[in-house]
Order: sequence, then C-alpha cells, then structure tokens
Amino acid sequence: MNNTTNVMIVGVGGQGSLLASKLLGHVVMAKGYDVKVSEVHGMSQRGGSVVTYVRFGDKVYSPVIDKGEADYIISFEVLEAARYLPFLKKDGRIIVNSQEIDPMPVITGAADYPERLLDKMTELGIEVSAMDALALANEAGSPKAANIALMGRFSKFFDDITEDEWLKSIEACVPPKFLELNKKAFYLGRNS
Amino acid sequence: MKEIMLGNKAFARGLYEAGAEVVSSYPGTPSTEVTEEAAKFPEIYCEWAPNEKVAMETAFGASLAGKRSFCGMKHVGLNVAADPLFTISYTGVNAGMIICVADDPAMHSSQNEQDSRHYAIASKVPMLEPADSSESLEFTKLAYELSEQYDTPVIIKMCTRIAHSQSIVNTGERVVPPAKPYEKNIAKYVMMPGNAIKRHPIVEQRTLDLTEYAEKTPLNRIEEGKDNSIGIITSSTCYQYTKEALGDKYPVLKLGMVNPLPVEKIKSFARTVGKVVVIEELDPVIENHCKAIGIEVKGKELFSIMGEFSQSVVAKALGEPEKEGCTAIDKLPVRPPVMCAGCPHRGLFYTLSKNKLNVLGDIGCYTLGAVAPLSAVDMTLCMGASISSLHGFNKALGSEGEKNTVCVIGDSTFMHSGMTGLANVAYNQSNSTVIILDNSITGMTGHQQNPTTGFDIHGDPAGKIDLEALCHAMGFNRVAVVDPYDLAETERVIKEELATDEPSVIISRRPCALLKYVKHKPSLHVDTDKCKSCRACMKIGCPAISFKNNKAHVDNTLCVGCGVCQQLCKFDALLDKEGK
Repeated sequence: MNNTTNVMIVGVGGQGSLLASKLLGHVVMAKGYDVKVSEVHGMSQRGGSVVTYVRFGDKVYSPVIDKGEADYIISFEVLEAARYLPFLKKDGRIIVNSQEIDPMPVITGAADYPERLLDKMTELGIEVSAMDALALANEAGSPKAANIALMGRFSKFFDDITEDEWLKSIEACVPPKFLELNKKAFYLGRNS
Repeated sequence: MKEIMLGNKAFARGLYEAGAEVVSSYPGTPSTEVTEEAAKFPEIYCEWAPNEKVAMETAFGASLAGKRSFCGMKHVGLNVAADPLFTISYTGVNAGMIICVADDPAMHSSQNEQDSRHYAIASKVPMLEPADSSESLEFTKLAYELSEQYDTPVIIKMCTRIAHSQSIVNTGERVVPPAKPYEKNIAKYVMMPGNAIKRHPIVEQRTLDLTEYAEKTPLNRIEEGKDNSIGIITSSTCYQYTKEALGDKYPVLKLGMVNPLPVEKIKSFARTVGKVVVIEELDPVIENHCKAIGIEVKGKELFSIMGEFSQSVVAKALGEPEKEGCTAIDKLPVRPPVMCAGCPHRGLFYTLSKNKLNVLGDIGCYTLGAVAPLSAVDMTLCMGASISSLHGFNKALGSEGEKNTVCVIGDSTFMHSGMTGLANVAYNQSNSTVIILDNSITGMTGHQQNPTTGFDIHGDPAGKIDLEALCHAMGFNRVAVVDPYDLAETERVIKEELATDEPSVIISRRPCALLKYVKHKPSLHVDTDKCKSCRACMKIGCPAISFKNNKAHVDNTLCVGCGVCQQLCKFDALLDKEGK
C-alpha cells in the first residue's frame, strides 16, 4: 500500500472529469496495477466543485484520497486547484488548466475571484504545470476535449507508460466518432 | 474477463450473470446506474417504475411468477417501499428477489443520512454489504441463492463510495436457473391475519437459520493481524479505510452479511483480542449487537455517528500519525452546484421570488431554487411533500396563505408521489395553487425517462400520461400551461391563479436544457456601451452571466440563448447574434 500513486482530478461539474478518470483507470489497469476510482455522479453536481480520486499500485484498499496524500492534482480550473491544496503531498505536483470560471458567490458579487492564484501556489513551493487546455482543445476541434488535453500533459510524468499505451486506452474509452479529436487533443497536451 | 468497473455496474453484471430477468426501479443517487447498466443487457427486462413501492411490488410479482427479479433505490426510496418490504418478508419469494438500497453518508445527494440497516433488522430480511465492485458482483449472485434457499427477499446495501467507485472485477458467463413455475398457494401469499399469523413463526425461524449461516459463511471472514491487543469489526467501505490506514497491524473481522449478524463468530473473535473496536459509518448497529450479546466494544465513542469516514479518520481514532498536506490558501469562495444556464426552472423561480411568494418545494434539481440569489424555495422535505404540505398550510391559514403561497414539484416527482397529494387538494378542496415543473425528464439523477415523457428506459416509445387530462380528471377546472422562458406571461398566470377562488394547477413546461434533442440558440453578448451596470441581469443567478470591468459579461461557452436575462435588461444591452 505504500507504493500507491494518488491522483485527484478536480474541476467544475460538467467539465468532463469522468472521462479523464476513466482513461487513467484504464491505462493503469492495463499496466497490471490494482486501481480504484471514486467518482461523482448525478446532474445536480453541475456547476459545483467536483472531485474524482484515482489510486493505483500493488494493492489499493480505500477509494478515496485524504489530506496530505495526493501525488498529483489535475485541475480543470484554477480556483479548484487551490481549493484542494491541503490534499496534496508536500512534494506533490499540480497540472492545471489556466481557465478561470466564476463560482456563484463571485457572480452574485458576494465574493471576488481570488487574484494571482497560480503565483501563490508556486510561492508555496509547489510544482505547478499550468496550461491553456481549452485553447489546445479548440485547436483539436472542440472545447470539450480540454479534459484529454490535460491528460496529455499529465501523461508526461509517467515514463513507464508509453504513448502507444495511452492511445490504446483512449481508443477503449472514447466513442469512435470522437476518437480523432481526442487523440489530437492528447498529443497537443502531451507536447505542450 | 478482468475489467475495471463501477460498483453499480458490477452489481448489474451480477444480476446478468445470475440470470435475473425482471428489473423495476426508481432512480435515486447513488443507486441509479445499477438499473441503467442492467438495461444494457437485452436478456433482462428493465423499466423505470413511477416510484420505489411500485418497483418493489413489480419485482415481487416477477418473483412470484418464477423469474429472478430485482428492484433498486436510494435509502429514502426504501421509506416509500417499506410497506411491501415488511410483508414480502412474510410471504417469502418464489424465484429469487434482490432489493438494492444505496445509502448516502455525508449526503452527497440526499436530504438525510438514514442508515438502511435498521430496515433489514425491522423487516427481518437478510442484508449483504459489499466492500468493492468485485464483491458487488459476487454478492449479487450469492444473494439469489440465499433468497431461494431461505425463501426470503435479500437486501444488498450499497453506499456512495461503493456504488460510485470503480475497481477491478472478474466477469463470468450468464447462467439462468431452471424456471420455478407459479403455483397458487393461498396460505403463503395471501397475508390476511389467519395466514400471516402462521407465517410469522416461519420468519423467526428463518432468522435463526440465517444466523447459523452467518456463523459459517465466508462472507464474514477473519483476517489475521500482527498485534492482538486490538481487534476490529467492520464492513463495507470502512473495511477499506481500516486496511488502508492499518494494513495488517490488527486482526479484522470483516462482515459481508450485516443482518442477521453472527453471535458465536463475534464472541470467539473477541476472545482472541484485547480490545474490540467497531468501525461503522452512521448508526451503531454492529456495536449495539455486540453489546447485546455481552461483548464490550468501543465504537461511537471513537467515531462519529455522522458523515463519511476515511483512512485518516480511522488512523486518528486508533492513534496513528496524521499526514500533513500543502498549506491552504485562505478565503477561497465556495462553489455550490447551480441551476444550469438555460434551465427552465430559473424564469419560474425568478417570478416567484420577485412576487415574494411562499414556495413549498420538492425533491429535484429545482431544490436549487432555494440557493441565492433566487432564494425562492421555503421548504423541501421528501418526494411529493410539496403538494400535501401546501394543502395543510392553506387549511391552517385560509385565504391568508392561499393568496401568496404556491408549491413546486417536478414531472417525475409528481408521478412518484405528487398525485396522491393532488387528490387530497381535489377532494378536501383547499384553494391551493400547484405548479408542476414539467421539464420532460427526471433531471437530478441524470436524465431518466418517466411516465410523462412518452419514452421507456431504452428511449423507445412508451405510454405517456397527459398531465392536463389527469388534473382535469381529478376535478381541477383551472389547469394552465406556461412557458417559463416568458417571464411576463408566467407572472400573469401565477397572479391570476392565486387570485382565483378555486384550486388550480399551473404546468410550467419547457424541456431540460441539457436534453440532447433540445436545440439551443447562439450565445447572447453584451453591448458594453448600452450596459448601465445596473446588475438587473444578475438577479436570476445564471452561471453564464458575470461582471467584468464593471459591465455584464456573457460566457459564450455556457449561454444557450434562452433570453430570460434579456427580459430583465431595461437598456437592451443583452443582444443575440443578430443584434436584437
């Protein structure tokens, strides 16, 4: 249980975290790891803060990741990356889409969207990889592929999983008509 | 074959492999996907029932007819289905029958945190509790065998972290057991007093027999530990947290069958360890059982009776070191779920809020009408309660309540248990104004069909209940239909129906903006010269509208061009593609 890798995928409900976690779960299972993925379901989560846990290693018991346990946080949105910092290990890494989405308290004027969050995270000594996943997804053909562009970037941190293995898992997880779009988004993210 | 599978999907796979043939459920997070996944197997007849009671009785009928059957629901759904449950316990089954109940500790998507194990105990029905996807599949197959062997329905209790977690399973082939032809048996199946009196001792004997089974079954297993000063009794997801936090430090009695609980197995486990600790979420069910059989245990004095646990909760309670994460950044704004851009409920709630009406609410996406800035909903209790409570409210206050109070209920919730409340309004004649929010789908649980949509679980054409005709048939003379995107008309109709001297129904009709067949208009945009920064458009709490550089701004990735905000702008600053 000590060799378990813990990945949190966080964002705003409706951004496509389920596909990202499905892809990661698939690729690590194909590598022979034990894996658990804990998801958030139900339409009522739309627009809210959502978190998915992916854990893999020799033997995984708990489906959830606790404070101080995450090796990686993959975030679809800047504020959400900051929200889950206490879950990140002190030497953990953040891969974040630089998009900012106002939550309702900001929309209604009850709060302000915090400034310089990416800088603040870096100042805390955290390794932050920020990218404009939305732009890469648009380049690939649809803003909906931002999730896979982020996963492309994330894939660079795993030397033991080849590009080919990632692509095979994308093929297994994505409907055929969106396959080329997602492959392109993955490449753009991986080479960003 | 080895696959990574959602707990609920593994459950459905278990139904398939065990030869289940009839499935009837009502959707409810976190149970919904069991039935959705079962519906993907053409060998299984699957349907959405109007509510959980109907689903359970349908499953019972199929069992009586000799086919293995299933019904699934969330914890509060079992409240609705409790009536048949307690007596199916007496009749027993013909072919095997499984009931899935999915609890929601921490209330990710529920109105309370009730512990379904009490229902198993109260109804004297055996309950299994899987701890991952693999067990979800295997326990389902085993549950059918137990159901037929012991002549009882079997409850399988899921919870959010088992139902909505993926882990690895090994799938097998489908095996349909030989048919069990229906045989008339009045003494077994007609539960009038003379017969039920004779069935009750059979139920009590069955519990004794099942307790004996619980002593021997590998469902309840002991895992050795290095240090016997503590022994842990646990089940479900708490077992996973225990192993994650402690590994094989202490011996563990892992319970896969939580009703009836073993007696001798627990006593002999307790004899081998120093102190017994029970780790269970929500109520002290295992703990109280241990105490009742004379075993001293520590449970709720170490662990909360509320919410979900985790590995660190277990570690902390047992004196293990805590982990430290990165420093938090203070004062981050919260991000609660919101009604989607283009949600048809928004215009309706804006109108109710603007007119300062009392709004008795119900269960669905539209509960979000209680959230700022709309803050329109005054009360939400359980499925169907809006209409019945409105009737009581108006009977208590008379015209003082009737002139400024409405209730709101979704189409699916109305079919589930709103009709009986409406019958009470029609029968006992309160001057109530009932608003049915007809978005043509069961929205909150992720788009399931219902009796008003005209489609079945597969999306194929099905019977369609006509809401207007139904209300007329109940005796309502006043049944109005409005489009909630049209604010002026919506307000006019609501005022008119509140003012009238008889009960009325307003159907606020517009399909959910997320439905695939709903065509969206292009995004609106803001003419920043015309925008006077009055923030009138912000009153509806649309996630697509924000303020940037002190002017309204429309997010074109979210806006679906519904036009509700345009009706609030006095300066015509919100424009469509053509600049109108």
